[in-house]
Amino acid sequence: MSASDDIWILGIHMTKFGKHPDLDTVDLGAQAIRGALADAGVSMGDVGILAAGNLMGRGGIGQQLQKQVGQTGIPVYNVSNACATGATALRTAVMAVKAGECDMGLAVGVEKLAGAGLLGAGGQSKDQAKVFEPSGRYGAVAPTDGRIGTDTMPGVFAQVGMEYGHKYGGADFELFARISEKNHSHSTLNPLAAYSKAMSLEQIMNDVMIAYPNTRPMCSANCDGAAAAVVTNGETLKKLSKEQQRRAVKVSASVLTTDPWQEACQVLPDVNTLTRNAANQAYEQAGVGPEDLDLVELHDCFATAELVHYDNLMLCEEGGAVDFFESGAPWRDGDRPVNVSGGLQSKGHPISATGIANLWEVCQHLRDECGDRQIEGAKVGLAHVIGLGSACGVHILEKSAA
Amino acid sequence: MRILAGNVQAAERVPLVDYLVLEPSPHLVAHECTQCGARYFDRRNACASCFGDEFKEVAIDTEGELRSFTIVAYAAPGIEVPFVAGVVDCGGTSVRGNVINVEPDPEHVVLGMPVRLATYSMGADDNGTEAIGFGFEPA
Repeated sequence: MSASDDIWILGIHMTKFGKHPDLDTVDLGAQAIRGALADAGVSMGDVGILAAGNLMGRGGIGQQLQKQVGQTGIPVYNVSNACATGATALRTAVMAVKAGECDMGLAVGVEKLAGAGLLGAGGQSKDQAKVFEPSGRYGAVAPTDGRIGTDTMPGVFAQVGMEYGHKYGGADFELFARISEKNHSHSTLNPLAAYSKAMSLEQIMNDVMIAYPNTRPMCSANCDGAAAAVVTNGETLKKLSKEQQRRAVKVSASVLTTDPWQEACQVLPDVNTLTRNAANQAYEQAGVGPEDLDLVELHDCFATAELVHYDNLMLCEEGGAVDFFESGAPWRDGDRPVNVSGGLQSKGHPISATGIANLWEVCQHLRDECGDRQIEGAKVGLAHVIGLGSACGVHILEKSAA
Repeated sequence: MRILAGNVQAAERVPLVDYLVLEPSPHLVAHECTQCGARYFDRRNACASCFGDEFKEVAIDTEGELRSFTIVAYAAPGIEVPFVAGVVDCGGTSVRGNVINVEPDPEHVVLGMPVRLATYSMGADDNGTEAIGFGFEPA
């Protein structure tokens, strides 16, 4: 067993992602918490802090969940950080344990998003204003979304990928579609994925175009889901059973960054710099490099986003993301498997759950409990999320030596 | 609103956003940090780059290069699709806008293509005031 102030994931759980018409947000979140507690072999009575994330509900999700799983009076932090909300909840629990405020922390993220449709294009009135009156920070006389560029998520991330293509070349519609083909292929082995059917390149390219070059299957799937994790410190873990020690997964790095100022960030969110910064910090904290990673779960909210994050996470040399994909490395039988869960494009993206569910996937491999899709001998994995606005979470996990 | 004094016609036209200046010829303006030169289309309390709090108004080049784009097929109600949304590098300042006066397909819209600012009428409101929008067209 290593240092007493190391952080460990003691238990973790994700619900089936997909449509849960009979379960509400609280039901799903409670299911994830009870799953994580059971996985950890502890109870709510052992937990000293709860960090909870949910974007689409009515607020105060942490307290609502306590009423379902145990009201012990512990502090609740309701967190919100766009698509990085789950990672932010986990990071909050990690910080509390690291600070010595408690021995065990619980993080949960939950979302009901099935059938939500196109995200990002909100706030548009049905009719054009009858009087052109300037309003807002740009003195706009009409909604700017669609008139001055696009706020829709598929469109924003399409531009992120196209910008990379312009800078380095080699990225075209077919390449982006092949990235999606990989993730849909991976999803066939994941029973918890919202969609687990393989799709051919032709099917993907000929599907409904949402925002070129992203067709529908190249977009993250809106769905319901929840995930939760129990974290503890090395000192506490020492007192637990051999079985708990064996299954515990070490959090070698836990990093959260925001986007530093860049020239173009006011017109197109820069999802690159903050990811690269987070990755650099994480590799340094963990004392590992990208070449040590046995698997990576990265934020493929759109096929166009996955490409740029190969580069941002330094899985390839700068500008080399296209070659990295072409080499076959990110396929599950490649050198650096990426999104073996099926990724957000097929596993699904219940926003606040995503940043814990990606850790669940990595944990299952490191524990050698991943069944048909096990990456053999996995010892180190990385999980990454981006929330637009922006926030980036990177966690590096390592197999227990016990 | 920037309307030239004594120009009766100009009073009946308003720009879509306040950083679009219609007269004497259409162009975009930005708030430039006097300390580091960072440019913003909206107002800032302090510069996001260097924290300086003095800004001056500068005109943005009306010609540039299309650095990224997407062709949006699903959009908010009231927005005609498909349309091209993009990022244009106007002499070192990145500008967001639609690419207009072009067929919205990947054969006609290509990365790196030269474009220039163009305006169009968005129609009139109940008072007869005409709104003017902008985009970038192939140069």
